[in-house]
Amino acid sequence: MPTISQEYKTALRSVSVDLNNDVSLLIDIPDALCERDKVKFTVHTKTTLSVFQKPEFSVPRQHEDFIWLHDTLVETEEYAGLIIPPAPPKPDFESPREKMHKLGEGEATMTKEEYTKMKQELEAEYLAVFKKTVQVHEVFLQRLSSHPVLSKDRNFQIFLEYDQDLSVRRKMPRRCLVVSSRTWLKSADEVLISGVKEVDDFFEQEKTFLLDYSTKIKDSTTKAERMTRAHKNVADDYIHVAAILNSISAEENTALKKHLDKFSDMFEKLRKVEGRVASDQELKLTELLRYYTRDIQAAKDLLYRRARALDKARLKSKDVAQAEDNQRQCMQKFEKLSESGKKELTSFKGRRVVAFRKNLVEMAELEIKHAKNSVSLLQGCIETLKNC
Amino acid sequence: MKMAASSERSPPPFPDAEDQESEPALRDEDSDEGADIFLGTNPLEAMADSTFSASDVLSDLPNDLLGEPPSAVFGDPLSNISKQESTSNPAKQSSKLPSDVPCDIFDPLHGTGMEPKDDGKNASLIDIVINPVTSAKDNLPVDDLLSQPEIDIPAKTKTEQPAELRSEERPKDEPLSVASSKPKKDLFEDSPEDLFSELPKTKAKTKPQMDLFGDSSPDLFMDAKAAADTGPGRNAPADLFSEESVATTTSKSAKSNISANSIVTANSKANGVHSDEEEQDIFAEATVELSLDSPHNNRKTLDTTKPSEPASSLSAAAGSSKAQAKTLEELEEEESEDKFELNISITNPEKVGDGMNAYMAYKVSTQTTLPMFRSKTFTVRRRFSDFLGLYEKLSEKHSQNGYIVPPPPEKSLLGMTKVKVGKDDPSSGEFVERRRASLERYLQRVVCHPSLLQDPDVREFLEREELPRAVNTQALSGAGFLKMINKATDAVSKMTIKMNESDVWFEEKLQEVESEDQQLRKLHAVVDSLVSHRKELSVNTAVFAKSVAMLGSSEDNTALSRALSQLAELEDKIEQLHQEQAGNDFFVFTELLADYIRLLGAVRGSFDQRMKSWQRWQDAQTTLQKKREAEAKLLWANKPDKLQQAKDEIAEWEGKVTQYEREFERVSATVRKEVIRFEKEKARDFKKQIIKYLESLLQSQQQLIKYWEAFLPEAKAIA
Repeated sequence: MPTISQEYKTALRSVSVDLNNDVSLLIDIPDALCERDKVKFTVHTKTTLSVFQKPEFSVPRQHEDFIWLHDTLVETEEYAGLIIPPAPPKPDFESPREKMHKLGEGEATMTKEEYTKMKQELEAEYLAVFKKTVQVHEVFLQRLSSHPVLSKDRNFQIFLEYDQDLSVRRKMPRRCLVVSSRTWLKSADEVLISGVKEVDDFFEQEKTFLLDYSTKIKDSTTKAERMTRAHKNVADDYIHVAAILNSISAEENTALKKHLDKFSDMFEKLRKVEGRVASDQELKLTELLRYYTRDIQAAKDLLYRRARALDKARLKSKDVAQAEDNQRQCMQKFEKLSESGKKELTSFKGRRVVAFRKNLVEMAELEIKHAKNSVSLLQGCIETLKNC
Repeated sequence: MKMAASSERSPPPFPDAEDQESEPALRDEDSDEGADIFLGTNPLEAMADSTFSASDVLSDLPNDLLGEPPSAVFGDPLSNISKQESTSNPAKQSSKLPSDVPCDIFDPLHGTGMEPKDDGKNASLIDIVINPVTSAKDNLPVDDLLSQPEIDIPAKTKTEQPAELRSEERPKDEPLSVASSKPKKDLFEDSPEDLFSELPKTKAKTKPQMDLFGDSSPDLFMDAKAAADTGPGRNAPADLFSEESVATTTSKSAKSNISANSIVTANSKANGVHSDEEEQDIFAEATVELSLDSPHNNRKTLDTTKPSEPASSLSAAAGSSKAQAKTLEELEEEESEDKFELNISITNPEKVGDGMNAYMAYKVSTQTTLPMFRSKTFTVRRRFSDFLGLYEKLSEKHSQNGYIVPPPPEKSLLGMTKVKVGKDDPSSGEFVERRRASLERYLQRVVCHPSLLQDPDVREFLEREELPRAVNTQALSGAGFLKMINKATDAVSKMTIKMNESDVWFEEKLQEVESEDQQLRKLHAVVDSLVSHRKELSVNTAVFAKSVAMLGSSEDNTALSRALSQLAELEDKIEQLHQEQAGNDFFVFTELLADYIRLLGAVRGSFDQRMKSWQRWQDAQTTLQKKREAEAKLLWANKPDKLQQAKDEIAEWEGKVTQYEREFERVSATVRKEVIRFEKEKARDFKKQIIKYLESLLQSQQQLIKYWEAFLPEAKAIA
């Protein structure tokens, strides 16, 4: 379904708008394979850069490889002043799978038609999750490739080119530790970042803003998720209503049959529209919020790194004139970090505003379109019913 | 993904094409329905003409009745006669028209029915309605006329009838359906006239009939008496009439027809003799009614006959019947609009008293033009248990006769306790509104029923200032009530297995009703979950709105911040919309289903009554059999002393068997009529509610467009 993946591509691109169309390094994920919980992505690169051996190549990668790439980037000291694109979330097929299971249990209570429709809906949902996963991984790579500094990263290039298994997965158990230590570190960071007196107004402002914004957007994301899920439930209920109305009208043989038929038909049409409303909200609103929750986390990480560097620099300077040189170096590093950080944060802000605008406009337009669609459907139906 | 994809594509094709497609289909349906109606009224016309061809004066009676199909109570004789005709007519025609499709049957009917009209008979139509009064006196020829065709017909149809019977079964049902559906609105005008139509018969026929069918009359008189005993005076004729209808449906023979006819006579005589006060009441009203309504009726009769003239000239052409069907349907429509003679609304729920003794009182306002009420508008205050009491009274009197008595809403301890305790709890407000609405629907259903409206208890309920406090309603409430119905129906289904159902119609209907009940319950559950999901959506939207408002307040880009707070406001409004829609889901859709689940319970109850009456008949037969065996034993044992007693017993039980059989047939006929009436009503109710529901959806979508369109420039203004 090329159009569909195109759809998600544009959707996610619009989320992170600044992906420039630099033709020197083009990356996409044309194919992915789902095996149990593991998703195998085929990462395809087309390039004119001489650092790569071939102009075009594909490698198989798994989600863990992406995480490894992200982590190495974060841990690279030179990039401390950059917003590292947020790592793609782990593929999660639990919710559609669970629903599928539930549907299987409830099969006996449904008509065949109803069951088929529900199954189709779930398959579509499953497919949507799958495509979204692929796209989110793709966008991660594309953001790296379009970044002036990060695209030159050696590890990134290895990730793209090395046609063997990256064998990073062996380290996964260790990663668990890393994760837990990192969460600990992060909470320490929170303390650090809020405790440290900020000298720079810009960062002071950014700090308060990002901390505040991050919690708010996280909240909004969960609320939006709940809202779209509820909307989806309503649309699913329409399926059942339509199906039962249909079977009632099949047994009816009076004048009512026509009306029930129409009514059932109406619900069937409306459920499609409502389903689309729900999925568009998911796509334009929830996905936007979700992505920026992660992006803001990435921006916050930048602040943490900066705070740590500042702390280090101060600590060193407190040291009894041990290494003036060392201290100056740290200070320099910090300054550099701050400078690039400032640039990154400013561009991030612009990117965010543009993305929000685009998505909100699109959502409003879609909502209007769907509502108009329902209105004309309903009007037509009422008209015919009245004339019956 | 599919949905995501299509969201970007053009909207799904607007069902223009489909609508156009469905147009002809609609027409088709029209014609179908029309055909029914046509069939329904036409036999009446046919009857009118052939039965009374000998005398113009008398042709009036059936004619005005055909304009206004008779009330359920008195409607039967006519539809019976019409049935007799409809059996005979197609029979006559069938030799000419080999194909037996119902449609073919209509047309010959129609043809035969119309012919006399063309001869100029309908010139007298204008006089028709006024005539009954005068004609009552010079009615003597009636019996000739009545008996003539009947004797005629069997003679003609003797050979063909058995073959025709099957194919006629259906068309025969249909006139009934029309007859029983219409009266719901016009019964007020009709019943008096029906009574009139009966009066002449009574006077005119008694003597000759008795002479003619002297041998069968003892039986019949016994019946008449029995009927007069069982029900109040007014019911008796109806019962007997319906018996007659059964007799005709089973179309035994000329003799049975005639004997059925003589029942009419016998009974109407009994009527005259036993007529109690109430009946006289009605007669008195009838006089008033008639003079009021005659022009009205006239117009209608004319309406009906006009379109039929060209149709009849075209003989059996299908096209013509369609054209007529349409006009007839329009006519029906028009009639139904005219007939809002009784409007009931329940308003102002008010809490009376305090604490656990508190109750809700409702204002029951009636607006009517019916002369049976003392004034045109009046209001009374009633409490919930009064409604239950009314139901109990009605159910006691009518359900044993096979009537479908609309059940009241269930008692809700929880809801009422909330009302009693809580003061401004929104859920208790919702509960009260829900109950008010369902009480209103309940009462409207009761007064819509032609027989129930005539019940003095209904009138008392609507009119009388103070009602005696209903007692024992406690037992009959809520789950207990439903359980009772379920138990009854369970018992019935067990009995059905034993019962060798002689009538396919009932067997099929009962099955239909049962499966419909299942389906409606399922649908009810699904719509219920739709309501709760929509409420959930509304809550979640509200929460999201709040969250977005917060997000907007922390946003440092002014335009984006503004847009976000606009979005929050928008979501707040949408939340309202969802909430309103959830309310509509519930009040318009779920409650309709709940009502009909209850009503289907009542329908099953009426089937149950029929079964009981059958059981009684069977039991009587078994007893009779035993008595006969005993007699044989006595004969064999040569004990003449006890023989006389045995013979007496046999005679007694023979009488009982016949009586129970008649009763069973009467109940069957009533049930059949009631079910058909119920179905008509259901179709209308559902259509009305479906449209109402869709309109509510439409409105909320239109509102949605407005909201988003207002938001769009805000989103675009983000820089």
